Amino acid sequence: MAMRIEATNVTAYYGGFKAIENITLTVEPKTVTALIGPSGCGKSTFLRSINRMHEVLPGARVDGRLTIDGQDIYDRDVDVTAVRRMIGMVFQRPNPFPTMSIFENVVAGLRLNGVRKKSILEEAAERALRSANLWDEVKDRLDKPGAGLSGGQQQRLCIARTIAVEPQVVLMDEPCSALDPISTLAIEDLMFKLKDRYTIIIVTHNMQQAARVSDKTAFFSIERTGDPGRLIEYDDTQKIFSNPSEKKTEDYITGRFG
Amino acid sequence: MTTMTAPPVAPEQNLRLRARRLPVVALLGIAVAAVAVAALLVYATGIGGFALVVALAMLLYLVGLFAASSAVEGRRQARNRTWSALIHSAFVLALLPLISVVWTLLSNGMERLDRTFFLTSMNNIGARDPNGGAYHAIVGTLEQVGIATLITVPLGLACAIYVVEYGRGRFAQLIRFFVDVMTGIPSIVAGLFVLAFWILIVSPYLNDGRPGYSGFAASLALSVLMLPTIVRSTEEMLRLVPAPLREGSYALGVPKWKTILRIVLPTAAPGIVTGVMLAIARAAGETAPVLLVAGGGAAINFNPFENNQSSLALFVYQQAGDASRYAPARAWAAALTLVALVLILTIAAKLLARRNRFGR
Ligand SMILES: Nc1ncnc2c1ncn2[C@@H]1O[C@H](COP(=O)(O)OP(=O)(O)O)[C@@H](O)[C@H]1O
Ligand SMILES: [Mg+2]
Repeated sequence: MAMRIEATNVTAYYGGFKAIENITLTVEPKTVTALIGPSGCGKSTFLRSINRMHEVLPGARVDGRLTIDGQDIYDRDVDVTAVRRMIGMVFQRPNPFPTMSIFENVVAGLRLNGVRKKSILEEAAERALRSANLWDEVKDRLDKPGAGLSGGQQQRLCIARTIAVEPQVVLMDEPCSALDPISTLAIEDLMFKLKDRYTIIIVTHNMQQAARVSDKTAFFSIERTGDPGRLIEYDDTQKIFSNPSEKKTEDYITGRFG
Repeated sequence: MTTMTAPPVAPEQNLRLRARRLPVVALLGIAVAAVAVAALLVYATGIGGFALVVALAMLLYLVGLFAASSAVEGRRQARNRTWSALIHSAFVLALLPLISVVWTLLSNGMERLDRTFFLTSMNNIGARDPNGGAYHAIVGTLEQVGIATLITVPLGLACAIYVVEYGRGRFAQLIRFFVDVMTGIPSIVAGLFVLAFWILIVSPYLNDGRPGYSGFAASLALSVLMLPTIVRSTEEMLRLVPAPLREGSYALGVPKWKTILRIVLPTAAPGIVTGVMLAIARAAGETAPVLLVAGGGAAINFNPFENNQSSLALFVYQQAGDASRYAPARAWAAALTLVALVLILTIAAKLLARRNRFGR
């Protein structure tokens, strides 16, 4: 089961600075949605407001309405940790926990949320690592430090860690920008595979990647530096890359701007 | 072919990768010459002694090295060699006091480092008795420092976690300020504070009306000294834990307190352990507060909550000032024991912190 995400007039601030304004879009279950746009237009900010990571920074807040299957995640009596368990996140730089082994990294989410039973953890670890296309590479060294893997393997480890807690939605913020082309392909393959089970939203600067992996594409932009980022166009990826309705979108994807 | 190649654009020496190097023999020669000249100068004129020869030889060696290297290898290499030599000699200079301390301790402390020393106290040891030992002092040090550690580690960690992870605004700033102020408290003042507060005001209630010295009071005084060190070093270590690690944990739906306990603290653990060990080492070496509030004593007292206790540092102080001709040897042995104890604790703690890193 994956879930529909609806954002209505989402506006996010860093202290007094308005980073994004009135973002409204709907993400269908079991699809891959790409967020593209020039640097600083608020893609990460929007992504982080979907799983309430934005508010971790001091002074940061979000206005507007964000629902997942009809439940407002910013409702007062919503448990933040429940939201984040439902909406997982993979970061730009791989961030495995340095004190933990590969195995411990994968099951960290389960273990820290109270799962103790070894058989359950081992089963979950194998399942997550297989889903992340990493099992064959690490199955013989599960007790070695997670930080000892290559960058691409670390990123897949972080993906395994994220899907081990069985979220409904996986957010990825430029997951391939620190990786070589082969690792990038491995992760793109993975996204196709994960689409069957999860709703995926990915931020990327790589147009080909957006075109390859996503069903829908959202183009964000800013007027001038200091202005809040806005959603310019949101449509089927096919349409955005062949026949966008907005001039700005076309300029951006053809490389004339941004 | 016999066609001429075009002349190089840059001057020829800039294209050469190999350069002439001073052979090791030359370096040795310069060193020997420097020592010889220095010795000649010092002993011929009759001013100064061995130390001056070493200092002068060092200076001459640096000058000679620079001159020779400039002539053979060029200025860049000469500067490199001179600075390297300076840095190495600074390292040796910094190591000298340490070596000297260890050597003095070992050579003086071994004499009384026997079974009796570890198994007996100073109870009923007269001035003419060559026996006597530091058992009571070792017990005192272990108990006092142990209790102080039990008090300060949880308190210090909690305080640092509050300041770094939760504290916002004025209150956190205030705490940081007071911790800074505490860092500057002299140990004798900490001792006086506990004397005035604990011994004179609180302890009479626990001790049927009479104020009582105790090892626990010494632990309190040591805690006052250890707390700021632990808070500050833990604070620094927690701040070094990268934000993406915390966010990675939050993104798995792990609550903040659990993230701190299970991700942040283990990541910072080796540094925190170092800070705690520094605090323990400092506390184990304190004399004044123990003298003021535990009172010392010659007999073995296992109970830290009642009656006088001694400590190794206090034992050293008392034996060093004792009139008995057997006392100095005991003082040295106790000093050696104290240093060894701190060293063993430090090594054990480091090993423990390292082993935890990938333990299941
Ligand atoms: N931690 C922060 N504090 C203050 N401003 C920030 C912070 N992070 C991002 N911003 C600002 O918010 C805007 C959007 O940033 P971001 O969402 O990171 O853009 P993108 O991911 O599209 O490159 C930028 O103007 C950026 O400077
Ligand atoms: Mg970004």
